[in-house]
Amino acid sequence: MSSFGIGRSITNTGATTTIQPQEAPNRRNTELFLLVFAVAIPVFAYANVGLAKNGALPGGMFAYGLGLGALAAVAHLLVRWRAPYADPIMLPVATLLNGLGLVIIWRLDNVKSLGAAGAPNQLMWSALGVIGFGLVVCLLRDHRVMQRYTYISMIVAVVLLAAPAFWPASAANFGAKIWIRVGGFSIQPGEFGKIVIVVFFAGYLMVKRDALALASRRMLGVYLPRGRDLGPILAVWAIAMLILVFENDLGTSLLFFGVFVVMLYVATERTSWVLCGLALTGVGVFGIAQISPHVQARITNWLHPMASVDAGKGVDQTAAALFSFGSGGIVGTGLGQGHSYLIGFAAKSDFILTTIGEELGLTGMMALFMLYALLVERGLRTAIASRDPFGKLLALGLSAVMALQVFVVAGGVTGLIPLTGMVLPFIAQGGSSVVTNWALVAILLRISHSARRPAPMPAPMDAQATQVVRRPDQPEPQPRAEPVPPTPAQPSPSPMPPTSEPGPTQTSPTSQPSQQPPRPQQAPPLPQQTPGQGQDQQGPYAEPRPPQQY
Amino acid sequence: MNKPLRRVSIFCLVLVMALMVRANWVQAVKGHAYASNVHNQRVAYERYSHPRGNIIVGGKPITGSVEAHGKDSIPEYKYKRTYTDGPMYAPITGYSSQVFGSSRLETLEDPILSGTDDRLFFRNTLDELEGKERQGGSVVTTIDPAVQKAGWDALQGKKGAAVAIDPSTGKILGLVSFPSYDPSSIAGSGNESAKNWKSLNTTEKSLMQDRAMRELYFPGSTFKIVTAAAALENGLYTSADQKTDTPKNWTLPGTTTPLPNESEFEPCQNATLAVGLAVSCNTVFGKMGYDIDHKYGKGTILKEAEKFGFNQSNLDTPIAPSTSNFDKNMNDSQTALSSIGQFDTKATPLQMAMVAAAVANNGTLMKPYLVDKLQAANLSTVQQTQPQVYSHPLNAKNASVLQQMMEGVVNNPLGTGAAAKISGAEVGGKTGTAQNGLNNSGTPYAWFISYAKVNGNAKVAVAAVVTSSSTVRGDVAGGKLAAPVAKAMMEAAINK
Repeated sequence: MSSFGIGRSITNTGATTTIQPQEAPNRRNTELFLLVFAVAIPVFAYANVGLAKNGALPGGMFAYGLGLGALAAVAHLLVRWRAPYADPIMLPVATLLNGLGLVIIWRLDNVKSLGAAGAPNQLMWSALGVIGFGLVVCLLRDHRVMQRYTYISMIVAVVLLAAPAFWPASAANFGAKIWIRVGGFSIQPGEFGKIVIVVFFAGYLMVKRDALALASRRMLGVYLPRGRDLGPILAVWAIAMLILVFENDLGTSLLFFGVFVVMLYVATERTSWVLCGLALTGVGVFGIAQISPHVQARITNWLHPMASVDAGKGVDQTAAALFSFGSGGIVGTGLGQGHSYLIGFAAKSDFILTTIGEELGLTGMMALFMLYALLVERGLRTAIASRDPFGKLLALGLSAVMALQVFVVAGGVTGLIPLTGMVLPFIAQGGSSVVTNWALVAILLRISHSARRPAPMPAPMDAQATQVVRRPDQPEPQPRAEPVPPTPAQPSPSPMPPTSEPGPTQTSPTSQPSQQPPRPQQAPPLPQQTPGQGQDQQGPYAEPRPPQQY
Repeated sequence: MNKPLRRVSIFCLVLVMALMVRANWVQAVKGHAYASNVHNQRVAYERYSHPRGNIIVGGKPITGSVEAHGKDSIPEYKYKRTYTDGPMYAPITGYSSQVFGSSRLETLEDPILSGTDDRLFFRNTLDELEGKERQGGSVVTTIDPAVQKAGWDALQGKKGAAVAIDPSTGKILGLVSFPSYDPSSIAGSGNESAKNWKSLNTTEKSLMQDRAMRELYFPGSTFKIVTAAAALENGLYTSADQKTDTPKNWTLPGTTTPLPNESEFEPCQNATLAVGLAVSCNTVFGKMGYDIDHKYGKGTILKEAEKFGFNQSNLDTPIAPSTSNFDKNMNDSQTALSSIGQFDTKATPLQMAMVAAAVANNGTLMKPYLVDKLQAANLSTVQQTQPQVYSHPLNAKNASVLQQMMEGVVNNPLGTGAAAKISGAEVGGKTGTAQNGLNNSGTPYAWFISYAKVNGNAKVAVAAVVTSSSTVRGDVAGGKLAAPVAKAMMEAAINK
């Protein structure tokens, strides 16, 4: 009661008293425990393939196990060192997915008709990915640094996305122009572009969100954005369309546009943006379907997956994928015992999910989807826990990239939506993708560390329930016997000598001085935000408190 | 920003949920349909991952399964089908190819042969528990290898088919189609099989045609048996020696076209039934058909023909034969022509063998069948086929009259079927020479249908058709070309 009498100079006293600073568990041991499983499961899977194919444990099993274990250990130690409060689940999930991906690719390497072995390369890229992960964890001390590069990110993203369209076409492109080839390597710059463009979206939306959110007109019960505010969404939409037209890459364009709409919605809290996004998606897809035979074919194939089979023209990819899933049934054939390679082209990349579906069955598919769900939801949890809007939007964008990518590729392969060429994160063959996804997880872990890190412990408090926080711009309160002058808004207890009452009573004023000891040295450190983020100048112990919500 | 973030979290969960529902739909609900789709290559892989059961003839398997070891076979297929005397038995076994599907008994009895039949479930489960490989059961056919071989040998150098039936049970003893193909040649999945398959489907297409059950021919004069049966059954005539009311020259009713006999010197005028059949008078049976329909109502012959199996599609041996045809709603001249096996009357060799069998079996037609029993891998019987009566086209008395007439064809000095005579057996037969093509431009079909009895017991009924041979045109007559084939098969059946 008496604390309210202190006045407005302390804005967050209530929060301070309800949340006791405590030693936050850093959960690194949980992560280590989970990592043991994340390494052991792929090793068992590896042994399983060898036993099924050759009746003997594969020779490279221990090297593989050691390699995967070493990668996981390095990643774990780096996290323990530089981001000890990071989320404990994301790294094990990523390790498990990557390990399983390696096993599946190695298993498909046993099929000669699918071409050169992919597992050694993938292992190398995975190592590079973990190195990238480590670099991000160590060097990115504060994710808000990225905010400085908002517009540079935009340019980089556009360059990365546009590069393949201008790169000399190659016979091995198979419809979509998403690769650039240098020497023996081919990389997909669009993969790296995913992170970069999310950085741009986050930085841009953080600055513009108020304008986009507040200036709107109410129509038919929803707030519609002003015409001139439609600019950014139209621009992103146009870019997505250009990707689609020039690179024939339906998946990437859907992904970028979808992520932008989701981030826009979260930044502005305006449902109308979602409606705009859906409308534009509809218009775009419909328009492109009119002019692009590639997209038309995909849609026809989706609607009639068995058309070519029934017409006796042979089994095309969509039908082959369904045959593969169907043959897997509930429990699957067992690793190494299916025939998912009948799909032929892209069995290790776009269609790798069919191998999981056929050999691990519906059970394996459910487990896999659960892993992705975990990863995505931990990312979103990080966004909710994060205290700065840039971090929130960044974590959201990265999680949404993961979620939409999984949905687009898995939905396409299972026939839920039209097929689009994309790689299943961490599992499918593709160096750029693995490196990108490791970097993505690293950034999420950094944000998560910032969000979950406890502030430095204040000195032990007295038995008093209240603690005084000094606002930086106020002079240090002097100890005095008099109660603090109340603000006019504070009704009681009034420290002014009441005219109608005879002198001081036994009420609070007498006890107050002892409740407000001057402890300037105990004032918590300043919030870590960079200056200029007014809305986030809350106390360090405060829950994230976006102004709109309270 | 947390409220929309929570909504986005839920949205992402919904996306994952949608994927899960879809996966359940594809893998659990529709899974079996996709897994067993005939175009799903895995079905064939599975089918050849165990040794198939065998088709048995005369106690010996005429099929086999060998480990392919990549010989004319891609590695996914562990086993490959082999056939003993493949071409000879091809109309019965069909083929079972790794990549080109299967046909005939290989298809129809596949559940037993591949061991997936529900009736083998218990045994399969036991085997699985004991860690034994799944084994297919076997299909025991009714075929008599001696009869089959006799027919096969007799048809060498010709083109045609022959069917032998045990009249008293309906067991198909021989089913020959010549020329034929070797199912072994297309059993694999390598280049060799592909090449053979391609050539079988282009240049040599007719090799895979089963002439015995799946090709329809004009039955010609052999159909006169059916006409005679209709006359006897309806009481138009009652004995073999009864004279028929036949003018010297008979003009097809409603036309000015005379119906010719083989030669004008044939003793056809008012010939007895026996003589009419022995020398195969067109005038006798053409007019007889016309008279029957006039006297006993339109469709009387049709009804008799249908009792013999014409126009019936309910035969499954289990291989379903083509449906033999006798037209409905014909005018008088068409009825007359149909009664001597021309116009639009068409029959499979199996159908004509059934006609002979019904006569031989004293008027009772037994349902023809090809599969005697199905056995599990341990030789226990899974299913035994019991002889079934198909119909009663004739009563016993009329059947014996018709037998007398048919035996006259073979024994009468004037008879056309003397070539089928077998010492020690009573043989009845009927020749046929059917026109083929417009104005008889194609090579005529030479027919012979017959039965053989030993000591009054019907042993075998045969129909043989030869559609071309090196014999000069014009000399073609059922008695010369087809009768030796029938005789060879009858002898093989009797001497068993």
